[in-house]
Amino acid sequence: MDTIHACFKDKIGEVLLPGDVFSFRLPESGDGSIKTDKIICGPGLRRNGEEVQVCKSGILRHKQPNMYWIDSQQRRYVPAKGESVIGIVTAKSGDIFKVDVGGSEQASLSYLAFEGATKRNRPNVQVGDLVYGQFTIANKDMEPELVCIDSCGRANGMGVFGADGLLFKLSLGLVRRLLAPQSEIVKDLEKIFPFELVVGMNGRVWVKAKTVQQTLIVTNLLESCENMTSQQRQTLFKRVAEGSL
Amino acid sequence: MRVVALWSEMAKDGAAKLSKNVLRMKFMQRGLDAELKQQLEEEEKRIISDEHWSLDLPELTAKENHIIEARSCVPCEDLVYGRMSFSSFNPEVEKLMLLMNTHKEEEDDSVSRMETDITDEEMARRYESMVESMRKKFAKKRNRSTITKSGEDVNCNVDDNQHKNVFLKPQD
Repeated sequence: MDTIHACFKDKIGEVLLPGDVFSFRLPESGDGSIKTDKIICGPGLRRNGEEVQVCKSGILRHKQPNMYWIDSQQRRYVPAKGESVIGIVTAKSGDIFKVDVGGSEQASLSYLAFEGATKRNRPNVQVGDLVYGQFTIANKDMEPELVCIDSCGRANGMGVFGADGLLFKLSLGLVRRLLAPQSEIVKDLEKIFPFELVVGMNGRVWVKAKTVQQTLIVTNLLESCENMTSQQRQTLFKRVAEGSL
Repeated sequence: MRVVALWSEMAKDGAAKLSKNVLRMKFMQRGLDAELKQQLEEEEKRIISDEHWSLDLPELTAKENHIIEARSCVPCEDLVYGRMSFSSFNPEVEKLMLLMNTHKEEEDDSVSRMETDITDEEMARRYESMVESMRKKFAKKRNRSTITKSGEDVNCNVDDNQHKNVFLKPQD
């Protein structure tokens, strides 16, 4: 519907505060003869009857054809369905593992949710291991649940990882910037030296490079990228690349 | 039929009537007309609907929702796969990266034709030779030699060179 998109269009790219409301009167139609488009409200926007309310402060973003969301910054992770996160196994009780994902509650991970796991063939997961998994259930009313396989039963790189390397925490905004399709940070970083990176949407990042020193360098660079402009970042990376070579 | 006739007579007299359950039995239904059957059915339905409890609510129609909520920001910003490896530090992860990121791209496009490893002509040739070898395998030992001979013939004309070993009756 044009009226709906018009309401949003003025505010795309502007800073909005919680409590701002987008309301539009849809014309009363008899049998739904007018075909109305659906709008998808992403994180930061909430539906309240026929209105859309902003519940986080940030910048309104738009993606074709009909997706709107608020681009905001936060450090505390809230589990959401479908997101891939890095978790730390804290306890093993019966058939499930308790995994700490940085949210308000610990997530549960069933031992059958690994590739090739059966009742006889249990996966080799110990307390303290790092797991990369996806949420199947994540809402405010229930305990979140993780799985390490996709809907076809393949692992796709999920599961226990990380024999060596270093796990550290970043803010959620930076993690999203790292995972963006043509991320500049990642492009600049890969020129320095070879390394391996696992990024979880809960702000946890795991890095492994050839030597401990290189690992620490990558860690420090990522942590410092938070508040730098791209210019500053590129000069810093260049200095490091020349220094290490 | 006689039972039914008796029943209607008895009903008219006002004498002992047959109970409803007896009337509902199969042998009593056979003699009924269509009209009588319909009447009975309607009465039954009325009884049943009186017994059932129902709420006197107006019809509720589900409101069409034009606004969908998406909780995760992964579809919003098209985030890529979380495991990454650079300069072939971990080749398996690099393979996974290609797989998962192109998988995501393919979802946007329509389903394209699957990439074939061998060309169609090659496939036809191989299939031809496979058919040949399967035929040889399941042919009887006597026919096996003829199959190799007739392979040179382009039109595959089946020649009746070999005669079937039929029982020859001894001539007196």
